This record gives sequence, C-alpha cells and structure tokens, in this order.
Amino acid sequence: MTERKTVTLNMGPHHPATHGVLRVILELDGETIVNATPVIGYLHRGIEKICENRNYQQIIPLTDRLDYSAASANNIGYCLAVEKLVGIEVPKRAQYLRVIMAELARIMGHHLWLGTHALDIGAMTVIFYAFRDREMIMAINEEIAGYRLTPSFIRIGGVAHDTTDEFIKRVRDFVKWFPKALEGYHTLLTQNKIWTTRTMNIGAISAEEAVNYGLTGPCLRGSGVAYDVRKAFPYSSYDDFDFQIPIGRNGDIYDRYLVRMEEFKQSINIVGQAIENLPAGPVQTDNPWVANPSQAEVQNDISALIRRFMMHAKGASAPEGEVYAAVEGAKGELGFYLVGNGNEHPYRLKIRSSCFYLASALPRLLVGHMVADAVAIIGSLDVVLGEIDR
Amino acid sequence: MELKKIINTICEKYPGSILKETDRKDIKEITVAEQSFYEVMKTLQGDEDCGFDMLTDVVGIDRMPRAPRFDLLYLLLSSKDFTRLIIRLETDEEQEVPSVSSIWQSANWGEREVFDLLGISFSNHPNLRRILTWENFEGHPLRKDFPLEGKDFNKPFDPKTIKDWC
Repeated sequence: MTERKTVTLNMGPHHPATHGVLRVILELDGETIVNATPVIGYLHRGIEKICENRNYQQIIPLTDRLDYSAASANNIGYCLAVEKLVGIEVPKRAQYLRVIMAELARIMGHHLWLGTHALDIGAMTVIFYAFRDREMIMAINEEIAGYRLTPSFIRIGGVAHDTTDEFIKRVRDFVKWFPKALEGYHTLLTQNKIWTTRTMNIGAISAEEAVNYGLTGPCLRGSGVAYDVRKAFPYSSYDDFDFQIPIGRNGDIYDRYLVRMEEFKQSINIVGQAIENLPAGPVQTDNPWVANPSQAEVQNDISALIRRFMMHAKGASAPEGEVYAAVEGAKGELGFYLVGNGNEHPYRLKIRSSCFYLASALPRLLVGHMVADAVAIIGSLDVVLGEIDR
Repeated sequence: MELKKIINTICEKYPGSILKETDRKDIKEITVAEQSFYEVMKTLQGDEDCGFDMLTDVVGIDRMPRAPRFDLLYLLLSSKDFTRLIIRLETDEEQEVPSVSSIWQSANWGEREVFDLLGISFSNHPNLRRILTWENFEGHPLRKDFPLEGKDFNKPFDPKTIKDWC
C-alpha cells in the first residue's frame, strides 16, 4: 500500500471567494482539508498608529474603513468611546438618527454578505436582488451624508446635521418596500434543496467552542448564544425599541444564514420604529468640550471666537482616562478601547475587531470538510478584511 | 456578578495575587501580579463563581518612560449574565507573559497581535509569530519610540524583501 501524501493548496489573497485579501493555506488529503492556516495582514494600514497622531475628529473617517460594508456602525462605536471618555450626553434625536444609520448599515452589510455568499455557493440570482436593494440604502446615505459607502455622518456628540424631508421619505419608502424584498430572498434560498444540502451540517461549531474562540455577532448567535451588544449593553437608546435576537441551534452555515435573514427583518423593524418616533430637538450636543460655537455666538462673544479657533486649529481634547465602548456591528462586537491623556489625540486606541476573531476560528471550522465547503464556510463567517487587518 | 465575590474567590485560592481593584462606572478592573497570573486566569474562566468564558480582546499599551513599560489588558466577558471584567498586568520588554491561549482559544491571535505590534513575548504560546506585519519586519509599530519618519522613510518599498513563511 502506498503512503498517503497531502497536498498544499494556496487559496488567496487574490481569490474572489475570500472577499478581500484573506489568504488560507490548505493542506489537503484528496479533497478533504486536514489543516488550514489563515494568513492575514495584506490590508494592514496601521489605523491604530495613525489614530495616535490624529485629533479626535479626524479619526471618524478612518473608522469607516474598518468594516466598510457597514460603515456607520463603526463611526458610532468610536464616537461612543470618545463621548464616554469626555462625558457627553448625546441628544435624543441624534441617538435615533444614529440607530437609523446603524441599522441601515447592518442591512447593507448583510446584503453584501447574502449576495456574495450565495454567488460563492453557486446561486447567481441572489446578488442582483440584494444589490438592487442595497443601492436604495446607498441612495439614502448619499442623501443625508453625501457619501454612499462611507458616510462618516456620525460626529462626536451627535450627528453631522439634521435630516432632510427627502431622507425621511426615502427611509419610509424603504421600510415599506423591504419586507416584500426579503420574502423574495427567502423564496430563492431558504427552501432550496441545493442550498440546504450545501449549508446544513457544514462548518458547525458548538456554543461552548464559539464562546471560547471569541466569536460574536451572527456567528455566535447561530450557535445558540443570545449575546447581542444592543441588548446586553444597550447604547444609543436601543432599549427604546422593540426587537428580538434570533438564535440558531446547530451553529452550521444554514443556521448562520437564517440568523442573518431574521436580522434583516429585525433591523428594518427598528428603522421603522425610529423614523416614526423621531423626537424633535437638536442633533448636536452643546457641551463645550466638543461643540463648535454657532455663528451668532462667534460674532458676539470673544470667548466663543477663541474656542472656535482652537477647535479648528488644534481640535477638541479629551481628558485622561480609559474607556471601553462596544457596538454591535454587522459582523459582531466592535469595541474601541480608548486611552486619553488630556491631549487632542488619543494616547492609544485599540480596535476590538469581530472579524479578526472570526478568522481565527477558520482552522477549527475548515478541518474535515471539502475544498468546496471552504468557500461556503468563509462566506458564512462574513469576514471583512478591512476590519481584520486594520 | 459582584466584583467582591470574584475577588474573594481568587484571594482565597491565591493570596496576594490581586494588587489593585478599580470599579469604574461601567466596567470593573483588577490588576493581577505576574507570578500567579496564569492560575488566576484559569480560575476566572473555570470557577463557577466567575465563569468568564469569553476573552473579548487583548490590549497592549505602551507607557514608555514608566518602569514596567507595558500595560497588558485582558477584556473578559461572561456569556451567561453578560458582565465584563478587565484584567491588567504590568510587564516589560524582557519579561515573558504566560500565554492564556490554552484557556481561551481567542487568546491565540490576540496575543500574536500584541507580540507583533508591541513586542511583548508570551511563554507556552503554540504559534508565536508576527500576524499583521510580515516575518522579517523590523521593530514593533505600536511602541511609542517607533519612528513615524526617518532616513529610510521615503525609500520605495520592495515587496520582494518580504520573507514568506510558507
């Protein structure tokens, strides 16, 4: 009998199914994966180091580039950390607008996941429907912020500016339209025999293991752990809204799929509640640590003029201290550990990336499955390399 | 879960292991002594009174002129009742910190990142290699004395110099 030899197969970093520049070195016995080594760092831009040399306001657009498929949620996480450090109370209207932006971003992120994940497995049609609806959210982003993918609409102490009537109308239209579109996605995949065969019992992970590997977000909930930062540590008025956390049972690809499909529904539900109950009032805090004095103030008050000058010349400063603020991004818990030292720029900003830990579980998930399943498993984790490599 | 109860549990088993406890507004923090660090972490994960079964993140902070140079923070979470706890350990360049990757799998990559970007090394780590930068990269970017510019700063980068480890 001949000795069994394994073959090493390099997948990525320029592989369309790795959704960016993820590289996985697979060791194969026939078609079965016996060992997998993820290699990351191809998109490392040193965002944490750049942050140490920028002022607090300048960091907001950088956070957009973490999980660029759901950018607004990242802005909120960072702004929450700064607000916690300085001790700012954000006006209610701004909090609701943040919730709307975050949930629309989540839907946008899940659209990208649904389309590409289905495309990876071989269902071509889904991506067209997903991107048709994603385009509507892009238009909403463009209407309110001027940018489509990376809105940078959230500011420290509130949001950039108030809504327009067109924005409210478009969000309402989308809330009305989306449940119908979601039904369409379900008819394409949920009961599809090929889809269920490709996804059921593939890449399963138990609840204990998922927790031990530090998985968060839909991947953890797919294994049956009801951990959602929005419920566990409510921020930005999330406790005002009525929503459920979907959880799976087996922790396989199909359960993760179902969890995300239900999250679509819950998110659009939250957006609907927020847009209908949008409170009146200011959208920016008047806390002098971060707020820019108004034009009228500047023209009549010398101290306001000086403050405005300093705000633009040096930037707002934050006191000494350490805080941790986390939000539920589209991929899981996105945390910011912020260390301030009284300057205009952070002493240290550590970004807790959910995708980083999702990718670290790849060897555990891949081993024992076929090469073709590797593509499905990577897609089901929904990793975004901008957030892994930072 | 109350901080008092956790501290009592640890102090009973390993007296003198807790140097400091801080109860910040929304998060609790304890500073742990180097010698019984691994045992304390094991207790925090396994003991029924503690049950911190998820290691959310590992954070390294360079406090440069200070004598133990680095702060190493372990962000823990209990998936049962959703409480957070931060474990702080002070360490420096020479000291090897016992790896907790045998307790939490997530520490594997978390510690590799700290090793890569700050140069804190860990003992008993299964695969302590650079993770975000490449194998023969020089220096540790998140240290405060890492140059932001210098004489080689404008040199074009040649990708062929990267040593691949595969």
